[in-house]
Amino acid sequence: MDIFDILGPIMVGPSSSHTAGAARIGGMARALLGGAPVKAAIHLHGSFAETGSGHGTDRALVGGLLGMKPDDLRIPRAFEEAQKAGLAFTIDTVDLREAHPNTALLEVWDAAGKRLELQAASLGGGRILVQRLDGIDVSFTGDYHTLLIRNQDEFGAVAAVTGQLSRMRINVANMSLCRRSRGSEALMVIETDHKLRPLQVDALRRLGPVLSVTYYEKEEEADA
Amino acid sequence: MLDSLQQIIDCAEKTNRLFWEVVLEEDMNQRQVSREQSMAKMLTVWKAMEDASHNYTGARRSVSGLVGGDGLKMRQYNLKGKNLAGGYVGEVIAEALSMAESNACMCRIVAAPTAGACGVLPAVLLPLCHREELSQQQILEALYVASGIGAVVAHRASIAGASGGCQAEIGTASAMAAGALVALRRGSAAQIGHAVAITLKNLMGLVCDPVEGLVEVPCVKRNVIGAMNAVSAADMALAGIESRIPVDEVIDAMGDVGRRMPVEFRETALGGLAVTPTGQEVKRRMAQE
Ligand code: SF4
Repeated sequence: MDIFDILGPIMVGPSSSHTAGAARIGGMARALLGGAPVKAAIHLHGSFAETGSGHGTDRALVGGLLGMKPDDLRIPRAFEEAQKAGLAFTIDTVDLREAHPNTALLEVWDAAGKRLELQAASLGGGRILVQRLDGIDVSFTGDYHTLLIRNQDEFGAVAAVTGQLSRMRINVANMSLCRRSRGSEALMVIETDHKLRPLQVDALRRLGPVLSVTYYEKEEEADA
Repeated sequence: MLDSLQQIIDCAEKTNRLFWEVVLEEDMNQRQVSREQSMAKMLTVWKAMEDASHNYTGARRSVSGLVGGDGLKMRQYNLKGKNLAGGYVGEVIAEALSMAESNACMCRIVAAPTAGACGVLPAVLLPLCHREELSQQQILEALYVASGIGAVVAHRASIAGASGGCQAEIGTASAMAAGALVALRRGSAAQIGHAVAITLKNLMGLVCDPVEGLVEVPCVKRNVIGAMNAVSAADMALAGIESRIPVDEVIDAMGDVGRRMPVEFRETALGGLAVTPTGQEVKRRMAQE
């Protein structure tokens, strides 16, 4: 939390958790999918389910999927914009039991049929926490540049990735390793202080144990 | 550093700096940015507040239809010149209503510290800018003071209605606004501390009870009490009146009250105004639509 979490975000109302955070969750799903979704199934849990429509949570999520930032004045018209952009979506409610009260579960597909499932909570002040990705428990916020690296769960996988990062002089701020079971596929979540260039992301893709790399670049600062 | 107001005040006094400079340097350290980068970002915040104010027409209505147009009504009433509050405070009331309505009507605003309380800080600053020749630098300084205050409350207590009740949102916004006003009048760091303490004491215990869970009723008008409270606390502090309870202790007490507040009074719409017959009626009506 920094002083611009206090004076900010600059956002479309009415609620930083229910509107701005929701737009960020949608934006995160779009970024991790790696492009524009053509289909989305949006499931709202808890307070998102109860007061979501009055707070524009539904429109903010759709807006985020369309690439709108929390301050985008088109958010109130996001449903119409989705139609124009060729995004078909459904919205319903879901009971995710223990989940944070402001949680959304999104299933999104791109034009090539690639599917992504993301569960994220809106923590307040527009900040979000991604908690599940394609069925694997994770924990990251999008406050950093974030690498999601799927790898074979084998010796040396982590070392190969962190070694490559240090050779490229990319500083790791946080890192975690998540997997479904031993010896299967694992997911490394690496938050970095530095931005990665496309070539650097490709270098990680070429490492032996690495199956795939997704890179999320944190939201650009409002200034400049 | 941004976890104790007394620490900021002590640091300012010891190093012979102003309150806002201590906050600015904290930001530069924390985000690893230059002074210019930090101030450029703060300017974006201020411009967004000004834009939000300019864009208000009074024509928009909220989803429930309960909110909209009151800022305009207040402005028209002020123009008749017979309002009780007088020039500056009359404008403060109108601005607080306008900004909070803009939020409820899905216009672009700056959360300060939250969207529900976004009207309080600009409500005390914008009318002062219209009435006096304030430099941009002065305004930015006041915004740093406000943000430092909010950061400390967020750290020690809470700034979310869902965890601390409305005292956490409108209360914190009010404290931020009071500190900003004292800074604009060149009050000391200690006076900023007293203004914050007085403000928070006066709104302690305020519950979060929004009708149908929407940031509309009572939120819009609570922005007015937050702003008025800030003006009176700032004037008291500038007059040399001191809070008998030190500011950090007040914030801790507010945190304690928030934690012990029943869940019905923390944004769940299960208590207070939300469950009045009229509040329930709104809920029924919206469920039908
Ligand atoms: S009543 Fe609740 S939602 Fe409304 S301004 Fe206060 S804290 Fe925010």
